[in-house]
Amino acid sequence: MSENPTRLSPAARLSRWLKNVASAARARRQAAEKRNLHLGNEHSEPVANAGSASAAVFRLPVKWLVSGPPFIFLLLFFVAPGLIMVLASFRYPGEFGGLAPVISVDPNALHGLTLETYGFFFSDLIYAEIFAKSFLVALAATLTCLVMAYPLALLIARSPKKSRDPMVLLVILPFASNFLIRIYAWMILLGPQAVPSLLVNGLLGTLGMAPVHLLFSPFAVLVALVYVHLPFMVLPLYTNLEKHDPVLLDAARDLGANAWQRFWRVTFPLSLPGIFSGATLVFIPVLGMFAIPDILGGTGDMLIGNLIKEQFLGTRDWPFGSTLSIMLTITVLACVWLAARLGGMGRRHA
Amino acid sequence: MRRGFWLWVAALAAYAFLYLPLLIVIIYSFNDSRLNAEWVGFTWHWYNVLLHDKDMLAAAGNSLLIALASSLIATLIGTMAGIAMYRYKMRVLTFMVMTPVAMPEILLGVSLLLFFIQVLNLTLGMLSIVLAHITFSIGFVAIVVRTSLAGLDESLFEAARDCGASPWETFRHITFPLILPSVIAGGLMAFTLSLDDFVITFFTAGVGVSTLPLRIYSMIKIAVTPEVNAVSTLLMLLTLTMIVLVSRIAPNVLRWRA
Repeated sequence: MSENPTRLSPAARLSRWLKNVASAARARRQAAEKRNLHLGNEHSEPVANAGSASAAVFRLPVKWLVSGPPFIFLLLFFVAPGLIMVLASFRYPGEFGGLAPVISVDPNALHGLTLETYGFFFSDLIYAEIFAKSFLVALAATLTCLVMAYPLALLIARSPKKSRDPMVLLVILPFASNFLIRIYAWMILLGPQAVPSLLVNGLLGTLGMAPVHLLFSPFAVLVALVYVHLPFMVLPLYTNLEKHDPVLLDAARDLGANAWQRFWRVTFPLSLPGIFSGATLVFIPVLGMFAIPDILGGTGDMLIGNLIKEQFLGTRDWPFGSTLSIMLTITVLACVWLAARLGGMGRRHA
Repeated sequence: MRRGFWLWVAALAAYAFLYLPLLIVIIYSFNDSRLNAEWVGFTWHWYNVLLHDKDMLAAAGNSLLIALASSLIATLIGTMAGIAMYRYKMRVLTFMVMTPVAMPEILLGVSLLLFFIQVLNLTLGMLSIVLAHITFSIGFVAIVVRTSLAGLDESLFEAARDCGASPWETFRHITFPLILPSVIAGGLMAFTLSLDDFVITFFTAGVGVSTLPLRIYSMIKIAVTPEVNAVSTLLMLLTLTMIVLVSRIAPNVLRWRA
């Protein structure tokens, strides 16, 4: 910084321009001019900028000063907890819940590392079943979101430029209200005294069938899952659809394609990357969801998230809870990888 | 023409689906009945109940304190992360920043629970909640800051360099004023996220401390009363205010970018 001509600290002046006061003054005048213009021009002396030399010296410490704190914080509170969880999945459960020690002075006490929890996970079909069910629920929620989001995203993308931003904002706005409030809203709406319940049960009654409970059912879980995640599908889809060149549709029309063909042969294939990024944003959070089945589901509507929560806060079998979390992580990573592959393929087609 | 019509119908149905439930929550918060079933008459009763609910007020106080502390620290660290991600293209850091945002929240929640108890030997409470909230907020701030940096004109920095500004001066006088709106917007986002978070707080709160979402959760698990509607309505009002604030400070943040 001391070599910086615009600052012209006494030290800089001494070191640089002691021998030639006249040129120092000229440089100063030019620097002042440039400063006023906020810009250098073709007449500016390129070498007057010693920044490059000092930057080379300063770059390394600055780099670590800037990236160090986030790096250390996340290493401590994101990477380390993740590794601890991997380790925990190989440990024995403690006598009173929690974890048994890895090293113990008492050789009779349960300690050390084991593959037992993984064996347990694969030995009982019920866990594979819950994973499969969560997978299906997530798939159903994703597809429902897609069907609901597509017309909306298409409409916004084809609206006049001016009205697009407010329309997008209208999609984001409800998702800014608290997550629990949005679930709670469906507790009211699907309650036995509310209109949807009365309508459905009235209809079932006239057909001579027994009334059903909408609340605390898989249906309620699905509706809330879709409700909470819909914006995540609309936004990437809209971003994709907005970029489509309308000329393509005109060309398809000129070639004799009807509206149906134009959609399935042009718009839909082009929107595949948007669909896949939206699907990832819906599918992954749904896989780990525990609050919605917990609040709106019945006893049979347990998903992976509920199982994990139960292990950590209910039965306090931490090793098994960790194992389940690791399995969930692996599932999520596989889905991300798959979506990236499929989305990439869609892009190549387009 | 007919196709446009059906598009409108489907889109309006989607909008109705998004807004109807929240509207009902708000309407019933003024309903003079214990049940959220039919409209009886207008009342402020539930807001009055809310104002005298000591547990709820304490939880709200905790929530605000946690949100304030965690968003301030997350803004600082997240801004650094955003700059580092943009400037140095550090892959490992980018991975560490983005993954907590993309993962199911429950995974971060339980791993932090394990870590706090097993490694740090920390009694779960305010501190553990704040640390957990910082962890998941950093990513959001960093993404906002990086997006704003990527939108800046590179020639501004070159011009500053040509004028003899040192890297620090360039940052202090050029870069920082330009990204400041995004930094503030990121901070407000972190504040809102912290105020709203349920899942991660659920695992890192322990038994002693309650926050607003935790309180709402235990209320709706026990019984549905219009007091929940009242607190929900107030919370929505608060979030709405935050959004208006963010959109005023940095209009670009709300514009969706993939």
